[in-house]
Amino acid sequence: MPDTVLASRYAGRRRSNNAATALAFAATIVGVGWLVLILGSLLWQGFSGLSLAVFTQMTPPPGSSGGLLNPIVGSLILTFIAVAIGTPIGILAGTYMAEYGRYDRLTSVVRFINDILLSAPSIVIGLFIYEVMVAPLGHFSGWAGGVALAVLVIPVVVRTTEDMLTLVPDALREAATSIGLPRSLAIRHICYRAARAGMVTGVLLAVARISGETAPLLFTSLNNQFWSTNLNQPIASLPVIIFQFALSPYKDWQSLAWTGALIITLAVLALSISARALVATGKQS
Amino acid sequence: MVDVALQSRALVSAEAVTRAKALDRLRLGDAAFRLMTRSAAMGVLALLSAVIISLIAGSLPAIKTFGFGFLVSESWNPVTEKFGALPAIYGTILTSFIAMLIAVPIGLMIAFFLTELCPPWLRRPIGIAIELLAGIPSIIYGIWGLFVFAPFLQETLQPFLINTLGNVPGIGSLFAGPPYGIGMLTSGLILAIMVLPFVTSITRDVFEAVPPVLKEAAYGLGCTTWEVVRNVVLPYARVGVIGGVMLGLGRALGETMAVTFVIGNAHRIAASVLAPGTTISATIANEFTEAVGDLYTSALITLGLILFVITFIVLAIARYLLMRIERRIG
Repeated sequence: MPDTVLASRYAGRRRSNNAATALAFAATIVGVGWLVLILGSLLWQGFSGLSLAVFTQMTPPPGSSGGLLNPIVGSLILTFIAVAIGTPIGILAGTYMAEYGRYDRLTSVVRFINDILLSAPSIVIGLFIYEVMVAPLGHFSGWAGGVALAVLVIPVVVRTTEDMLTLVPDALREAATSIGLPRSLAIRHICYRAARAGMVTGVLLAVARISGETAPLLFTSLNNQFWSTNLNQPIASLPVIIFQFALSPYKDWQSLAWTGALIITLAVLALSISARALVATGKQS
Repeated sequence: MVDVALQSRALVSAEAVTRAKALDRLRLGDAAFRLMTRSAAMGVLALLSAVIISLIAGSLPAIKTFGFGFLVSESWNPVTEKFGALPAIYGTILTSFIAMLIAVPIGLMIAFFLTELCPPWLRRPIGIAIELLAGIPSIIYGIWGLFVFAPFLQETLQPFLINTLGNVPGIGSLFAGPPYGIGMLTSGLILAIMVLPFVTSITRDVFEAVPPVLKEAAYGLGCTTWEVVRNVVLPYARVGVIGGVMLGLGRALGETMAVTFVIGNAHRIAASVLAPGTTISATIANEFTEAVGDLYTSALITLGLILFVITFIVLAIARYLLMRIERRIG
């Protein structure tokens, strides 16, 4: 009798184990498959519209063919502004947290706040920049869009800079100090050099993060159907054009939106893969 | 003799002067650099304060006009300038709830698969794939949802739900109405796909941090793989898992573009999850540039402030829990 009870209990445990294992397999297939499905349909819809014209022509009026040259250039300009403003601030703040104030109260507070900024809703950042840059000046502008993206760059760079500098061995700092190098020079010439690959990775990840951001641009840099590189005027950007074209009733615009989405996705994937490769080579050397 | 001595003393003192000067310069540079880094760190704090202050300043007109009623009012009428946040808050919470309901179990099971069942050669590729997918911009999910997913749901899942669960008394009203394709359920499902990589990668990390000794001891007692995960790994990693889930929730609450495409932008609270609705972020994205009048703009900024407060609380809890588990591991 106890034997059969034990056996049936054992069978029951084995059954629930098998069920859970099967569920785990199913979840992985569903989860990964779903995401592959999205990328697949993106490739399918986007590639058909991909041609040289996309990179050489302006956005068309409804009903005619054209390209995405002005939004592509606009996005590049906005990204450049964001990186130019956000990177120095981010690196300096990360330097303080890892080098000067590693055990400070200030550092732990900044780290906490920074982590929250890292995943704060980007549309709120757009509202913030609207309040401080667009409303007082009275017009939408490329500068406002760039600054809004810079606000998103800063937390990413702060985080990676701090992490990477913390990994630099203290022996390097001690050696630098022992030959009489002042602290600031030791940081700039020794620590930055040792952590360079990781810090560049941070910037790449930040670019990947902002290159698809739409929400903060909607009411800062707005949009522009025409060629414009004037940063005091509204400027076109790829994500906002995708938003506008995808929601339009015109077939040409919709297919351009798919192509734009494909370009952004490929750019983001390329950036994140090269960031990964950089970290991998950094670890080896 | 005297001359030489004098000369050399002069030389020495000249050298000392330049040396002192150089040292001063270095000291100054040192202090300046330290000050710069410190002010940049303070700048991060100032940034967050500036965001909060500007949002509060922008929402003052709406708060003065509507008071606390803004939070509980259901009306949203730009013509008569009557605004209430309830439909948007309801939509934000409902879509995020649907998203977490689906993403958390799937994410946990994927983490279980990756840490316990997956052959080692497959572990890295799947892990990398999931992390890469976490970086795909939300607008991509939005455009896919609008053109591929919503029509698909309109033809398959939604009629099915209406014909089966829609007739069940009690919960039937949740699945009533025509299959629009777009709507709350579709938005929730897309959010689920979006947050899945976040939830999965964090849960996997905390699962991996469970000391092998504990697991080996459980295996040694004769536990099955599932029993080890259920009774050893999950309890040990509980705090971290909750932190990861909250982090995903923070993303889902604030997500704009993926939702804006498929929510339908309807300012009402429908009983059915198939009906179109709106979320805070979708309302702002759709209406902000077209908002005429200070009160309309201010009402939208107030929505932004509410969203910020909600996500701030959720993210703060998430970070606190994750910090706790990091401390325990470290």
